[in-house]
Amino acid sequence: MTTLSVRADRALLSGNEAIARGAWEAGVHVAAAYPGTPSTETLQALAGYDEVDSRWATNEKVAVDVALGASLGGARAFAAMKHVGLNVAADTFMTASYVGVGGGLVIMVADDPGMHSSQNEQDTRLYARLGLVPLLEPSDSAEAKDYTKLAFDVSEEFDTPVLLRSTTRISHNRGIVPLETRREVAVRGFRRDPAKYVMLPAYARGRHPVILERLERLAGYAGDLAAEEGTDGRVGIVTAGVPYQYVKEVAPDLRILKLGMTYPIPIERIRRFAETVDRLVVVEELEPFLEEALLAAGLDVVGKAFFPRTGELSPDLVRDGLAALGVADPRPPVPDAPTTVTRPPLMCPGCPHMVPYWSIKRLGATVTGDIGCYTLAALEPLATMDTCISMGASIGMASGMAASGGSDEPVVATIGDSTFLHGGVPALMEAVYNDANMTVVILDNGTTAMTGGQEHPGTGTTLAGEKARAVDIPALCRAVGVEDLHVVDPYDVSATLRAIEQAMAYRGTSVVITHRPCVEAPLRVKDRPFEVVPDNCTACQLCMNLGCPAIVWTDEVFEGRRKVTIDAAMCTGCTLCAQLCPPRAIVPVEVQA
Amino acid sequence: MSARGVVLAGVGGQGVVLASAVLAEAALQSDFEVKQSEVHGMAQRGGAVVSHIRYGETVASPVVPLASADVLAAFEWAEALRWMPYLAPRGALVVDARRIVPPGACKDHRTWGVPYPAMDAATVADRAADVLLIDATGIAAGLGNPKAANSVVMGAVSRFLDIADVAWEKAITRFVPPGTEELNIAAFHAGQEAGSVRPEDIPDLGLDPIEERNYRIQVDHSWCKDCGICPTVCPEFCLAMDHAHRLVVVDEAACIGCRLCEALCPDFAIRISVGEPAAMSGGAS
Repeated sequence: MTTLSVRADRALLSGNEAIARGAWEAGVHVAAAYPGTPSTETLQALAGYDEVDSRWATNEKVAVDVALGASLGGARAFAAMKHVGLNVAADTFMTASYVGVGGGLVIMVADDPGMHSSQNEQDTRLYARLGLVPLLEPSDSAEAKDYTKLAFDVSEEFDTPVLLRSTTRISHNRGIVPLETRREVAVRGFRRDPAKYVMLPAYARGRHPVILERLERLAGYAGDLAAEEGTDGRVGIVTAGVPYQYVKEVAPDLRILKLGMTYPIPIERIRRFAETVDRLVVVEELEPFLEEALLAAGLDVVGKAFFPRTGELSPDLVRDGLAALGVADPRPPVPDAPTTVTRPPLMCPGCPHMVPYWSIKRLGATVTGDIGCYTLAALEPLATMDTCISMGASIGMASGMAASGGSDEPVVATIGDSTFLHGGVPALMEAVYNDANMTVVILDNGTTAMTGGQEHPGTGTTLAGEKARAVDIPALCRAVGVEDLHVVDPYDVSATLRAIEQAMAYRGTSVVITHRPCVEAPLRVKDRPFEVVPDNCTACQLCMNLGCPAIVWTDEVFEGRRKVTIDAAMCTGCTLCAQLCPPRAIVPVEVQA
Repeated sequence: MSARGVVLAGVGGQGVVLASAVLAEAALQSDFEVKQSEVHGMAQRGGAVVSHIRYGETVASPVVPLASADVLAAFEWAEALRWMPYLAPRGALVVDARRIVPPGACKDHRTWGVPYPAMDAATVADRAADVLLIDATGIAAGLGNPKAANSVVMGAVSRFLDIADVAWEKAITRFVPPGTEELNIAAFHAGQEAGSVRPEDIPDLGLDPIEERNYRIQVDHSWCKDCGICPTVCPEFCLAMDHAHRLVVVDEAACIGCRLCEALCPDFAIRISVGEPAAMSGGAS
């Protein structure tokens, strides 16, 4: 997204852009990430700063490995991911806490309360407690930049990785951010220290008490970072992040203790605040993280009894809770929206994923799906996906599904190229190794499409736009032992159907790679559009099976069914509907001479 | 003043995000505090897109509270209705009087109706102080490019906000594609002048329900050689090959009478007729 600015000293930045700016101003040297909504734009913004080595990693664990290695090399290092990415990176993250840092190490994690584009709404603060790692929570873009800079300082002062927790409403909210210059920080160089960096049991035992002592000191720091405001002490609100803004919106005069660091929780600081108010209330999104800790510390506090534990908070939900507590007016009744048509997300016109799913549906299979645009194939009219869990899970799950013998139909895993490289390769090795009777369809569109078309190790270009060696996916499959391998153009309907049919008939682990670039990235595909000759259309609906959003019904009816029309402005000219049309009613638009 | 709130709504690909960037920039040019919030990701692919912009002396929440938007501007009628709960009763509703039929709504193969809401100003009349239903796409097309409809809508929006024209023009110039600045500024000013259109003047979609029909699928198994052509073409998956590779009718009730199976059968073994589905049809006989 373009950066807005009017004066050189301030800009209207998204939370992600502000975090990137903060990392740059803090003198970050190395940054790594795997794309994931709502975190993706952070690394893309950082890539705009020449001083930073910004790169896509194969997955989030590799990103944290890279960042930790850079940190131990004495550089300031940064990794970014969405909340579920930290699950992938958790192995390194947990022990990075023991190891500490060389140069400052900041791990940005963007949670997605409300699951706008995620498969769960886990709360990253619980990882901070699990890893005994401090966590900062900004409440708007300006604070996102400030806290990022603070995080690097905290990391070096306390010798710890630091988590920076964003949420969708921080990452994708724009606000005014004062701009400052970059502080150049020298790379300290690697200092060999096996007792600190080689986590043999004997060395690790020595580190655990160090971490706990670090946490004590950090709790004091968190207390100093907390800020009190407001005068109305009927209740005292403990809050952080975007919920702080909602409280300020609804009840600007209430006593508030705004935390900047929500782990370690500054219990003693909160205890002192509690003494100045009639009733202590926690307003936090998702888990009762602060509330439970305060209850355990013996404080009389309420929270989730008044504010929901699921989904995003909003000014309205915060008002509901404060009204129930008797310190805000209830919201006026709002009439429901008038009845309107639902508008679910769709695949793009010309999407090369349509025909692989159309074929699988034709052939009949139990389909383990994966994370990407193609998850939309779970919806009508394709409706060809039976599971979708986590990055790369499709292949291992297909192997297990086949082993269970519980599927009457052939078992097919479907996975995109970026997801395959992220987490699918080890599972494919498992399947081949154990001779799983299943088919993997790798939907290779040469990009990370769902998050907006990012480069990956298979694309042949880097985040910086430089040429790179590209992973040869067919050769990779052969190398792990796949013998029945088909590479097919998913714009060829009959070839795709036939390749998948043959692969499904193979006894063992077969792979079909459907190879065709995404229509949106890296280039927007726009070929000569097609149109429907109304007199030839028999309204059979076969083209509608593709789920192409450029095809809709018209007011013309044939034998009790609706004829279709193609929106020429949307049509990419992929020819798929024309290949399917039995009466050949779909033809290229005549080019005007 | 308390923070002003604007909600912009449309369909993925219509330029809601660009329009909200223009408004946020225009507010920033006017030295207001600004926050703007939108959701990317899955919600944007052909789905409903909404963006919240708040500006004023101070702004806390980036999200507009319910029933408090000063302006709800929609680039499409159904989207205007979807976000109505955000509009303050004292607020203004601006709508481009056009309809985008969601492909996902073209799926009722019994009635063939699309549940698109009627464009009726009475639906919204008592929920806003001002309602401006404008032909933004038509006005933009008249100026040379229907894609400038967003700027027409934003021109209409500007009538209800305290942002000077010069700030809008700077913001538009900054964000629209190079070479379209003049067109978009002209579109913006056209939007400032645009009058309401009458919903009854806008042609109906003609996608109301039509008469339901049922069909019978009759397979003459003495002629059928189980070649497998018809299950490959049936759009409704009424036909399938069983494990013994024999043709079976698996879902006669789903038949829409397209007759593709009948037309493509090399052996004249299938007949489709209008009528109540028979309890016994298909399978081995």
